[in-house]
Amino acid sequence: MQSSIELQLTPSAQYLLRIGDTCLILAQRLGEWCGHAPILEEDIAMSNIALDLIGQARALLTRAGEIEGRQHDEDQLAFLRNERDYFNLTMVELPRGDFAFSVLRNTMVSTWLKLLWERLANSTDPEVNAIAGKALKEARYHQQHSGDWVVRLGDGTDESRNRMKAALEQLGRYVAEMFDTDAVDEQAHEAGMGPLWSELKAPWQAEMQQILDEAGLAMPAESAFRSEGKRGMHSEHMGFILTDMQYLQRSFPGGVW
Amino acid sequence: MTLELVAADVQGERLRAAWDVLASVLDPEVPAVSVRDLGIVRDVIEHDDGLEIVLTPTYSGCPATEVIEHDVLAAVDAAGLGPARVSLRRAPAWTTDWISAEGRRKLAEYGIAPPGPATSQEAAPVRFFGRRSEAEKLACPRCGSFHTERLAAFGSTACKAIYRCLTCKEPFEHFKPI
Repeated sequence: MQSSIELQLTPSAQYLLRIGDTCLILAQRLGEWCGHAPILEEDIAMSNIALDLIGQARALLTRAGEIEGRQHDEDQLAFLRNERDYFNLTMVELPRGDFAFSVLRNTMVSTWLKLLWERLANSTDPEVNAIAGKALKEARYHQQHSGDWVVRLGDGTDESRNRMKAALEQLGRYVAEMFDTDAVDEQAHEAGMGPLWSELKAPWQAEMQQILDEAGLAMPAESAFRSEGKRGMHSEHMGFILTDMQYLQRSFPGGVW
Repeated sequence: MTLELVAADVQGERLRAAWDVLASVLDPEVPAVSVRDLGIVRDVIEHDDGLEIVLTPTYSGCPATEVIEHDVLAAVDAAGLGPARVSLRRAPAWTTDWISAEGRRKLAEYGIAPPGPATSQEAAPVRFFGRRSEAEKLACPRCGSFHTERLAAFGSTACKAIYRCLTCKEPFEHFKPI
């Protein structure tokens, strides 16, 4: 069994892993739709969005590994970390749920990523800067596509509206983590890596409000619960995703194709 | 002619030949256009130890990137232009605005509606609709009718969407402006 790698993180590396892991784990969840989406067009859409997210994750993990300075490459970081060394938003590791849940989560995360990439395009790290310039265009398209579905389902039948309401209720509990700021964030921000996540809150709420208004839906009130995936404290679902994702590399150490 | 001038001439010759070769390397997923027409070849640089071909990937997760690198090197090698290597340049990010006029013509001929301007679109705020059929006015690459509708936001590759023409009834792909 290939042993796990040990990280020696700086705030800047962890800051990038938080974003890269969020892209990677959401992509893993979206991949579960392949062959299961309600219509072929959306099956393809989910896989295409997942592909963009994996591309973004690869670039960010590679850069995080360079900054960490222990020669960990993208594959080692993706496949040989233990659960507590993953720093994604808890929201993206929740099971894929129904189609309403998935498109709402895609809308929430792509809106958040779009705002983040806009600001990361001014990062003092030239590599992050370049990654963000490309990813911003992709996140914008993802937001457009997923947001259209939120409007269509919210403003659809009783069934689709109820499912969208249930999804809002469920995901609403995990929104606060997107805008939490801690010491890692502050130090990475001081170093010029990127914005404090708290800066994203007002514009995110404004854009989500516009979509939900169009859909005839309301944003649930902020919950007192605080998820902490970004600090390595995950939900019970995380271990199962990693088992799926890491199985091959753990069983056949160093396997490539 | 001095020796320096001869050397410069030979060097210019090799660069020109490399650009010519790149015009014949087709994109593996859209084999109607060359990598040069697509605007993903950003530069060809002559070094003492060989040519450096600078590519900019189209999408972060484009699975064709590695195939393109391989095809480019194979073509340069087959043309006898000496040792070469590929480097990736992410910034500035690739945009469909870099697709040449010739590339756009070839896309349309192949049955793919070429992208409109990307930069002006990016400046516009995102608006959301429950139905999008009337959103874009796109000409059918076969009959030219604007009476078309979008069937899917994503197509057989990350860079395309699927449409159909309501006049000639044929489906077609659209190269998305990004």
